Amino acid sequence: MNDGPPTIWEWVARNWDTGRVGSIKDLLGDHLVMSLVPIVAGLVLALPLGLASVRWRWLYQPTAGLFNVIYALPSLPVFMLLISVTGLSKTTVIIPLTFYAMAVLIPAVVDGLGSVPDHVRQSAVAMGFTPLRRLVRVELPIATPVVLAGLRVVAVSSISLVSVGALIGQGGLGMLFTRAYQNPFMPPVVVGIVLIVALALVADGLLVLAQRLLTPWVRARRAS
Amino acid sequence: MITFDAVTKRYPDGTVAVDDLTLEAPTGEITVFVGPSGCGKTTSLRMINRMIDATEGSILLDGRPVREIDPPTLRRGIGYVIQQAGLFPHKNIVDNIATVPRLLGWDRRKARDRAMQLLERVGLEPGMAERYPFQLSGGQQQRVGVARALAADPPVLLMDEPFSAVDPVVRTSLQDELLRLQAELHKTIVFVTHDIDEAIKLGDRVAVLRVGGRLAQLADPETLLAQPADDFVREFLGHDRGIRRLQFVPTDGLPLRSGLTVPEGYDGDRSEPWLLTVTPDGRPVGWVPGDGKGGPEPFGTFRPGLDSMRAALDAALLSPSGCAVAVDDDGRVLGVATRDDLDAALTGAVDGGRPPARPERGHE
Repeated sequence: MNDGPPTIWEWVARNWDTGRVGSIKDLLGDHLVMSLVPIVAGLVLALPLGLASVRWRWLYQPTAGLFNVIYALPSLPVFMLLISVTGLSKTTVIIPLTFYAMAVLIPAVVDGLGSVPDHVRQSAVAMGFTPLRRLVRVELPIATPVVLAGLRVVAVSSISLVSVGALIGQGGLGMLFTRAYQNPFMPPVVVGIVLIVALALVADGLLVLAQRLLTPWVRARRAS
Repeated sequence: MITFDAVTKRYPDGTVAVDDLTLEAPTGEITVFVGPSGCGKTTSLRMINRMIDATEGSILLDGRPVREIDPPTLRRGIGYVIQQAGLFPHKNIVDNIATVPRLLGWDRRKARDRAMQLLERVGLEPGMAERYPFQLSGGQQQRVGVARALAADPPVLLMDEPFSAVDPVVRTSLQDELLRLQAELHKTIVFVTHDIDEAIKLGDRVAVLRVGGRLAQLADPETLLAQPADDFVREFLGHDRGIRRLQFVPTDGLPLRSGLTVPEGYDGDRSEPWLLTVTPDGRPVGWVPGDGKGGPEPFGTFRPGLDSMRAALDAALLSPSGCAVAVDDDGRVLGVATRDDLDAALTGAVDGGRPPARPERGHE
C-alpha cells in the first residue's frame, strides 16, 4: 500500500463521484448552472434594454452608467447584501453575475445596432419593412457579430467568476480552492483550474462555432 | 402618374426644404429632379413613398393621395434605389433581390426564381447569386440594387443618386443599362441627381430645383438646353450648353459623300486633299493625302441616324481631314460627311432656333 500523498489522478478517481455533496462531478454541475444562467439571463435582459437605449438615446448613458457601477462593486459586499434576501443559495451568485453580463452586453447590443449602416436601414424602410420586421430580419442579424463578441467575453468571465462564490459556500469548482487553502494539498487546486479553463475554452469554442453558422457573411467579408 | 400638388415640406425649426412644388411625373417616363445640394430634390423623392411626410399639399399616385396609404404597403409597391445600393450585408445576392417579393408573401422558390431572372436582366452572372454584397464591386452592387428594386415589378421606381458613388466609366454603363431596361419596362421613374449631364442623358423631363426647394424649370432636355428659363438654370447647365445641345440634333439629314474612299495601298494622285482608305470589306483604315504621300492618319466615325451631331462633330475633330466617317452598325463605311456639310447642319441648330426632332437616345 502506498502511504504517501495521492497523485492527482488517484485523487480525481477517488473524488469524482462520491455520491456525497462536494464531489467533483457535483461541483462541475453547480459551476455550469451558476455560469450558464447568468450568460443566458444576461443576454435575454440586455436585448430589450439595449433596444430601448437605441430607441430612446437619452436612456443609454444612465443605463450603461448604472451597470458599470454595479460592475465596479466588489463581489463580497454584494453577496453579503444578497444573502439577507436569497440566503446562501446559488441565486446569490447568479444575480450579480447576471448584472455583470448585462454590463458587457447592453453596450454590445447598442454598438451592434449602431453598426447597421444607415443606407441599409434606409433601404429596409424604403422597401416596406415594418419596424418590428426590420429589427428582426435586418438590424439584429447585422448586429449579431458584435453581440456575439460581447457574449464571448461574458461567457469566459462568468465561468471564471463563479469561483468567487466559494466565499459563501457556492463556488462550484471554486470550492476546490478553499479546501486547499485550509489544507495545503495541491491536486484539488490543479483540478479546479484545469476544469474551469477547460469549461471556458469549450464555451468560447461553441460561441465561435455559433458565429460561423449564424453569420457566414462575416467570413465571406474577411475572405474577400 | 405621380402628381405633386402644391407640396411644401417645412421642418419644425422653420427650414423649408421643399416650397410649393407642383409637377407631374408622367407614367412610363423618366422624370429627373436635378439641382445643387439643399434644393430639396431628395426630400421631394422621399415624400413620394412617405419616408418623409409633406407638411402641406398632397402627392398623388395615379390620383390617390399617398397619405391615405399605409407606408409599408405603399413602399412595397414602389421600387427604391439609393446611392450606396443599401444591400443587406447579411444576405446573399439572390436573397437581397428577393426581399420585396418575400415581404409580399411570395413563396421562397417563386421569389428566388424571379430574383435569378432579374440578376440576368441587369447583366450579372448567375454565378453571383450565392455571393455576399461585400464580394461585389460598387458597380455590381448598384446593378443588384436596381434588380432588387424591380423584383416585385412595381410600376414606379424612385432612384436617389443611384450612380453617384461609382467611377465615370461604370456610371456611363449603368446609365446606358437603365435606358435599355426602361425601353423594355416603361416604368414611371423619378430620378434624383446633382449631375446635369446625367439629368439630360436620362430624363424625358427634367425638373431643375433651386436652393430652398423651389422649381426653377420643368422641361424636356432639348428645351432646357435651348431655352433656359432664367440665369440660375443657365448657370446650372454650364458653359458648354451649346455643345451639349448638339446631342439632340439628329444626323439623318446630313449629306454623305461617297467618292472619297480608296483601297488600301493607294498611291495615285487626286486633287482631293484627303482620301479615306478602306479594307476590301469596306472598313475604314485611315486618311491619306490625295497625292498618296504619307498616312494613314487617324479617323473618327459616327452612325447616321443613330448618333447625334455631337458624335459626328467629335468624329470630324478626331481626324486631320476635318471629315467624319459615316459607318453602318457593322462598321462598314457608308460615306463621308465633309466639314462644309457639318457646318451647314450646325447652322440650322443655332441657339434659339426651333429644337429639331430628337434622335434615338443612348447612342450619343
